[in-house]
Amino acid sequence: MKILVCISKTPETTAKIAFKDGNTAYDESGVQFIMNPYDEWYALVRAVELKEANGGTVTVINVGPATNDVVIRKALAIGADDAIRVDAEPTSAMFVAQQIAAQASGFDLVMTGKETIDYNGSEVGAMVAELLEVPYVSYATAIDMSGNTATVTREIEGGNEVSEVTTPLVISAAKGMAEQRIPNMRGIMMAKRKPLNVVAAAGGDNLVKVAAFALPADKAGVKMIDPDNMDELVRLLQEEAKVL
Amino acid sequence: MVLVYAESHEGKFKKAALEAVAYGNETAKVLGTECAAVVIGDANEAGTLGQYGASAVHHISSDNLAHFDSQTYAAALSGAATALGAKVVILAHNSAGKSLAGRIAVKLSAGCVTAANAVPTNDGAFKVKKNVFAGKAVADYQIDSDVKVLTLSGNSIKPEVVGADITVSPLSVDVPASKIKVISTNKQQGDTAPLPEAELVVSAGRGMKDPGNWGIIEDLANAIGATTACSRPVADIGWRPHHEHVGQTGVAIKPNLYIAAGISGAIQHLAGVNSSKCIVVINKDPEAPFFKAADYGVCADLFDVVPKLTEAIKKAKAKTIY
Ligand SMILES: Cc1cc2nc3c(=O)[nH]c(=O)nc-3n(C[C@H](O)[C@H](O)[C@H](O)COP(=O)(O)OP(=O)(O)OC[C@H]3O[C@@H](n4cnc5c(N)ncnc54)[C@H](O)[C@@H]3O)c2cc1C
Ligand SMILES: Nc1ncnc2c1ncn2[C@@H]1O[C@H](COP(=O)(O)O)[C@@H](O)[C@H]1O
Repeated sequence: MKILVCISKTPETTAKIAFKDGNTAYDESGVQFIMNPYDEWYALVRAVELKEANGGTVTVINVGPATNDVVIRKALAIGADDAIRVDAEPTSAMFVAQQIAAQASGFDLVMTGKETIDYNGSEVGAMVAELLEVPYVSYATAIDMSGNTATVTREIEGGNEVSEVTTPLVISAAKGMAEQRIPNMRGIMMAKRKPLNVVAAAGGDNLVKVAAFALPADKAGVKMIDPDNMDELVRLLQEEAKVL
Repeated sequence: MVLVYAESHEGKFKKAALEAVAYGNETAKVLGTECAAVVIGDANEAGTLGQYGASAVHHISSDNLAHFDSQTYAAALSGAATALGAKVVILAHNSAGKSLAGRIAVKLSAGCVTAANAVPTNDGAFKVKKNVFAGKAVADYQIDSDVKVLTLSGNSIKPEVVGADITVSPLSVDVPASKIKVISTNKQQGDTAPLPEAELVVSAGRGMKDPGNWGIIEDLANAIGATTACSRPVADIGWRPHHEHVGQTGVAIKPNLYIAAGISGAIQHLAGVNSSKCIVVINKDPEAPFFKAADYGVCADLFDVVPKLTEAIKKAKAKTIY
């Protein structure tokens, strides 16, 4: 089985958030980037586990500039066999999905993270599936393969649902699908020699752009309540905050 | 026209669907047009959507839509959008809406913004806001395509009754057969709202020391009818179920009230909860970072304060009854 795992990079979770160019672009200077946790911890690790159990290959794909190669090498160190980088700025979810779909022929299973933790789009997986005209199971917390049939558990409001679907197929991975893996020395050494193929973008649409970023209004400041006077807290929640 | 997918469960509409209709109505006003709703499956109560601002309700019924599949549902909804000439398609930002938005956007060559949290503006360009960078910034997105797809973040608008029941008209669209076979659907027991929809949330973290201590958190949650949540480490070590984990890598919520006990307020935790309308933090460490993000703080031992708060709430509730 051939698995394609879509990986994106996001600012490290404690990175400072600032903007430039008249608040139209994120200021990346001095920011550390990481692989999007859903892509790394869940989609990629589960793909590698499926390969270890059933054979096949795992390819990772990223749409982004050459500076993303560090993140791609980490994915190879975790256990992917090879990588594709589409050499273009990931300007919108639609554009990214079109690039991924253009590279996805021949793969049985395409895996994405459930969302990126910076823009929380949750769009790319559904778009890739539609472009490829294949089924999409979102927020999967478990996947097992038997031949070309996948048994997938997905999160729904207040519970989960188990379904069966045959490949080709796109799924998005949520927490529970696998356990985070830290790459070991051997993995890191091997990653250096694994193929990372850089390809040019295949056209694509950008129908959406950020017109302006803004920082949220500051909180008024915390009101400290006497621990021996919880009646006062309840009164404030009822009368001042009006939430009870 | 603005077209809203009003998701129903056994014919009933949940808050997310009513919010989507109310938001569709507001969006329609901005564009100087009308808001129509589309319902799939049991449509017995679909006429009530008129109360929340729908000026038409269309009902799609097909055996191929017996269970949710983003492929068949997206075909049905984009078919409806095309048939009705919709310029904006609105979905709830929930499990179904998120699975559908990208597909519908591809089918309609539409620009898509998910988790919108304010009514769009339309002066020269169509713009809509959402929270980005874990609530640390707001982005105003401009959509340039003719047709637009939006998902609405929960708790962003209050559905109010603005109209009356209307008649439901059947709509026929082509729907392919589903390639997904549903084996089982498992709903957790309990009558509190699932976390993403909850208006009141009581949450606890590592300060609880032991999973056996959660009774006081559940008592507090029961006293106000809140849903329980937790910090990530607590879910990771198995003290609490995974689905309760809130934060940057868990569920992002924005309830009216978020009470956090024994949670330090790490930046990744705040990321999932800092859009809450009101935050109460109970922590024995005056330096806990969470106090900076709180509206009300109680600096004390949670094992002492939480039961006291529960009692105070019960007392206040008893008063309002008599
Ligand atoms: C990439 C990444 C993603 C992450 N994503 C998330 C996420 O989505 N959600 C999340 O929650 N975390 C996340 N984390 C983890 C996060 O950094 C923190 O480690 C975590 O939130 C801390 O959990 P906690 O507050 O329960 O525990 P601690 O930080 O250990 O805090 C416990 C608190 O309880 C207080 N306390 C102890 N005893 C008492 C008592 N008797 N009475 C009152 N107060 C008491 C202490 O003063 C302390 O402030 C992530 C981390 C990383 C690196
Ligand atoms: N630039 C990118 N390159 C490759 N995959 C991506 C990229 N952006 C997003 N993805 C994938 O799509 C998923 C959902 O992203 P999003 O729709 O942006 O929230 C991510 O978890 C990744 O798996």
